[in-house]
Amino acid sequence: MKVSFTLNAKPVTVDVDPATRLADLLREDMDLTGTHIGCDTSQCGACLVLLDGESVKSCTLLVASLEGRGVTTVEGLADPDGGLHPMQTAFRENHGLQCGFCTPGMLISAVDFANRNPDPTETELRHWLEGNICRCTGYQNIVKSIMAGTAAMHQRA
Amino acid sequence: MTAIGIGQAPKRKEDVRFLTGRGRYVSDIKLHNMAAAFFVRSPHAHAKIGAIDSSAALEAEGVVAVFTGADLEAAKVGGLPVGWGITGSDGEPMKEPFYPVLAVGKVRHVGDPVAVVVAETPEQAQAAADLVMVDYEPLTPVVSMLDALKPEAPLVHEDVPQNLCCDWAMGDEAAVEEARQKAAHIARIELVNNRLIGNPMEPRAAIAEYDRARDHYTLYTTSQFPHVVRFLMGGLVLNIPQHKLRVVAPDVGGGFGVKQFHYAEEAALTFIAGKLCRPVKWVSERSEGFVSDRQGRDHVTEAELMLDENGKFLGLWVSTLANMGGYLSTFGPNIPTNLYAPLLSGVYKLPAIFCNVKVVFTNTLPVDAYRGAGRPEATFVLERLVDVAAIETGIDKIEIRRRNMISKEEYPYQTPVVVEYDSGDPMACLDKAIEVADIAGFEARRTEAARRGKYRGLGLSTYVEACGLAPSRLAGQMGARGGLYESATVRVHPTSHVSVMIGTHNHGQGHETTFAQIVSEQLGVPFEDIDIVFGDTDRVQFGMGTYGSRSLVVGGAALSKAGDKVIVKGRKIAAHLLEASFEDIAFEKGEFKVAGTDRAKTFAEIAGAAYVPHDYPLETLEPGLEEQAYYDPINFTYPGGAHFCEVEIDPDSGEIELCAYTAVDDVGTIINPMIVEGQLHGGIVQGIGQALFEHGIYDEETGQLMSGSFMDYCMPRADNLPSITISPQVTACAHTPMGVKGCGECGTIGSPAAVINAVVDALKPLGITHVDMPATPNRLWAIIRNAQSTSIAAE
Amino acid sequence: MTLAFHRPSSIADAAKLLAGAEDGKFLAGGMTLLPTMRQRLADPSDLVDLSSLPGLAMIERTGDGLVIGALTRHADVAGSEVVKAAVPALAALAGRIGDPQVRYRGTIGGSIANNDPAADYPAALLALDATVVTDRREIAADDFFLGTFETALETDEIVTAVRFPIPLAASYEKLRSPASRYALVGVFVARFADGVRVAVTGAGPCVFRSADIEEALASAFEPSALDRISIDASELNSDLHADADYRAHMIMVLTKRAVAAAIAGH
Repeated sequence: MKVSFTLNAKPVTVDVDPATRLADLLREDMDLTGTHIGCDTSQCGACLVLLDGESVKSCTLLVASLEGRGVTTVEGLADPDGGLHPMQTAFRENHGLQCGFCTPGMLISAVDFANRNPDPTETELRHWLEGNICRCTGYQNIVKSIMAGTAAMHQRA
Repeated sequence: MTAIGIGQAPKRKEDVRFLTGRGRYVSDIKLHNMAAAFFVRSPHAHAKIGAIDSSAALEAEGVVAVFTGADLEAAKVGGLPVGWGITGSDGEPMKEPFYPVLAVGKVRHVGDPVAVVVAETPEQAQAAADLVMVDYEPLTPVVSMLDALKPEAPLVHEDVPQNLCCDWAMGDEAAVEEARQKAAHIARIELVNNRLIGNPMEPRAAIAEYDRARDHYTLYTTSQFPHVVRFLMGGLVLNIPQHKLRVVAPDVGGGFGVKQFHYAEEAALTFIAGKLCRPVKWVSERSEGFVSDRQGRDHVTEAELMLDENGKFLGLWVSTLANMGGYLSTFGPNIPTNLYAPLLSGVYKLPAIFCNVKVVFTNTLPVDAYRGAGRPEATFVLERLVDVAAIETGIDKIEIRRRNMISKEEYPYQTPVVVEYDSGDPMACLDKAIEVADIAGFEARRTEAARRGKYRGLGLSTYVEACGLAPSRLAGQMGARGGLYESATVRVHPTSHVSVMIGTHNHGQGHETTFAQIVSEQLGVPFEDIDIVFGDTDRVQFGMGTYGSRSLVVGGAALSKAGDKVIVKGRKIAAHLLEASFEDIAFEKGEFKVAGTDRAKTFAEIAGAAYVPHDYPLETLEPGLEEQAYYDPINFTYPGGAHFCEVEIDPDSGEIELCAYTAVDDVGTIINPMIVEGQLHGGIVQGIGQALFEHGIYDEETGQLMSGSFMDYCMPRADNLPSITISPQVTACAHTPMGVKGCGECGTIGSPAAVINAVVDALKPLGITHVDMPATPNRLWAIIRNAQSTSIAAE
Repeated sequence: MTLAFHRPSSIADAAKLLAGAEDGKFLAGGMTLLPTMRQRLADPSDLVDLSSLPGLAMIERTGDGLVIGALTRHADVAGSEVVKAAVPALAALAGRIGDPQVRYRGTIGGSIANNDPAADYPAALLALDATVVTDRREIAADDFFLGTFETALETDEIVTAVRFPIPLAASYEKLRSPASRYALVGVFVARFADGVRVAVTGAGPCVFRSADIEEALASAFEPSALDRISIDASELNSDLHADADYRAHMIMVLTKRAVAAAIAGH
């Protein structure tokens, strides 16, 4: 079936089997391998993308249901000219990543969180992150990064 | 464009590609004409394999081929090798049964691979796998180690009586018996070190291809040590000459030991690629990883600590059952023996130690190294036992540790269990931790919690670990079948940019940054001008890889040695150009100078001269500026520290909150404090995971893995954890070139005991002296309820 | 066999498509169905996507109640000022389902039609004496949740909305599985002028009410009224995370907490 949607600010039309999940389309057909698959029970959050600005699990989203919607993947966060998104910069500045595998999902979750919570507490953030599993960092520097990235997105130093 | 050296915290070189989604993990790689493999795995823990009928699968859409154990046997494919053998206390070598790449005759754990289906797409391969008919004759599985050792137990391997792989011992049993006779008090404990499943976030994956024209294989695999995979798989399993096999481990999404073994899937795919002459890819699903990744820990231990009337330790006796699962994994038998018993002295003067380990086969997933590997288990035994002794003798838990601790002046310190600690200052770590964790204020916090109806507890664990694996000669004496050196090449390009080829593997540890700092400091080359190359046997000289907190300690040492050689050669070139003697040329701040003059050549000028040798001592010196070094450590390194943990338990519900965690760790010289702190955070949280959340549980009857997905295996999440306070304490290592000790595993080693000691301390009013891991709310509630009903009955 | 994907334009159309399918499933947020398909535990022939049906994502305060459309997502219930004003416990419950990403996709209709024994919403519906509105009838919550993953719905019946009465006070407390984040035990307590309703999820094969607890709380709506009540563990679930005895105990612990919170919140 044909589905038209916006992917990283560009209109696309794809012809897919109706059972195709967004994560597979991105990774196998669109060459957007930044979206990762870390589990098969929809719990790890490595596959998060923004769907009309909301963070959702692309492993549990059929391409068939994307007609007219807007999808942003981790590849779509930075400026087209390569300038990092403030949240990406914050992760780099605060050592918010180690092996990098959960990082795309963390960034997507973080951007969504920051958009909704201009002035969050650390406790709110830690609860928000329950859909993202990281095995490397113990979350501490991820939390630090997102607090800093949120401040940066809302232009507080 | 400046040199960034040791002790600084530049942002990581590797970050940008990960942050922008441009990492290149194995599952991201696509090759032309690539087929997909799916493994047919045993649903039984223990069964005889009868006929395997692949005919329906072969007719299914897209299917290219099906391979079974018989196909591999016919092709004389070897078994998966063990890299470290052990010998029993009776002098007998361990039992080492054949570990087939695909099961033959019997399956020995749930998930044991019996066949591989290759198809055009992963979906087709998976669908066809359902059509492979395997005729299983189920056998009674042995699941618990206690059952496995019973005379009537079914045998996992027919040629291993009583499922006993090895009855191993270290230490002086007679000396411990003497200590027992003299002891004023003997503290005793029985405990379980729970089975863990490492779960790096990137599931394992492999792609193999065969180039018929060159008769050459390439394997892309999620490995912590590609050279060792090439060595083991090429040399011992598939009989592919080393020069005809390239193994590439590109970006790897976390390892923690899980990716430190040679796995059946790697060998099966490489074999198949050769047979089909086309690339084949396999990517593990998470649920598949639960029943195919090697697992960790799983000990049952009894131990006794003998003390005199002043609370001084006289002796330690430990008896452990260690689970190997259904087969011996690459380093399996080494972990609960050589990486366990030598750590039992901890940071204490313990004159007599004896440790017996019975290494046991069961119908569970094979067990091998998981972050810490043997050392968390040893620390847990010792630090729990010290706390029991403190409770029973009435000596304060800090005081009893102080009384027995090795003082700074007593280093180097020879323990009774092989290892000699070169350096350390455990008292300083403890003192600092007491201050940073505000132990003076704890009783007030406990009282305040009690007013809220909560039991608050304070736990302490000290630890020492042996890492920087390893001195090859000593390791060889202990049964290692390979060396444990590391290698590095420093290639200075004509433009003075530098490529470093290193045998370790970076999968989150920040090597691309730390190693660049070392080179930048040593050669004065700008940090940006240095690239670290790893993970490709065609690009990097033989190296042993990353595990055992060894990359900086052993690999960094090799790198620094290679850098020294570059400087020596540079001085020779400079001596020629500056018309001075070699002895008079000094290298400092990126310049070769004639001592006592202002005549100098920059590093870039020397690099240029080395590659354009018009004015060059060609008679005595080769052109080029590239040096290689191998480094074999003279001893293990011994990081250590003191961790404090505070918990609160709701006695009504057993719910537990981790309130505070403080870690003071001595990892030796710190190259990049930002990265070290990150390593400690991650390690501590994995240890907290073991203590409070994680448990690989098998059904005792069927051998099915009950906690086989993230729905049931509890990974720590952000909202389970407090912010951890890290405070370093530095004692330089006495024998590594930069004084580094390694930091990858420290957190995981110190934390389980600290957390459980806090839990037990919280329950102290109930007379409880031990709680097994993980201390879940259900378990804590049951303990509290039993203690309360016991005390009511006693009234 | 290729999956057929349908985007019906009306509720009637959707019901017809499902009735005509060999093994069809309605797709709402997909938070259970899609993972189940991924694990090959379900292999439907047809998916009938309800998500773009008009009018089913809505929240409305009526004279004596609250109506939530079946396609209303957990995040929208959690964030709704209308729900927070009418039944704050319901908004709080929705805000603690799964994780944020589940709450963006999961819907109230999907959740109750699935009737997972550890899901949160069934407890709310049962305790609040809600009415499930479908494309063909209205079903009282007491008659809706029949057993493990079993409801009173016909195969092709579509939930369109849930109607909640407004309680005097209510609260939901749960003990979550630290791994799956589902409720090991969840207790919803609702106090009405004519009595108290208490529903328990996670603990048994299906959400259930406790007459003993309700009676005790009807006579005195305070935690201490429950001191002498204990729950029979023999019918409760035992699994890796909580055995039946613990669940029985936690029902009482959580009920007391919920009563205390309901009193405090009112």
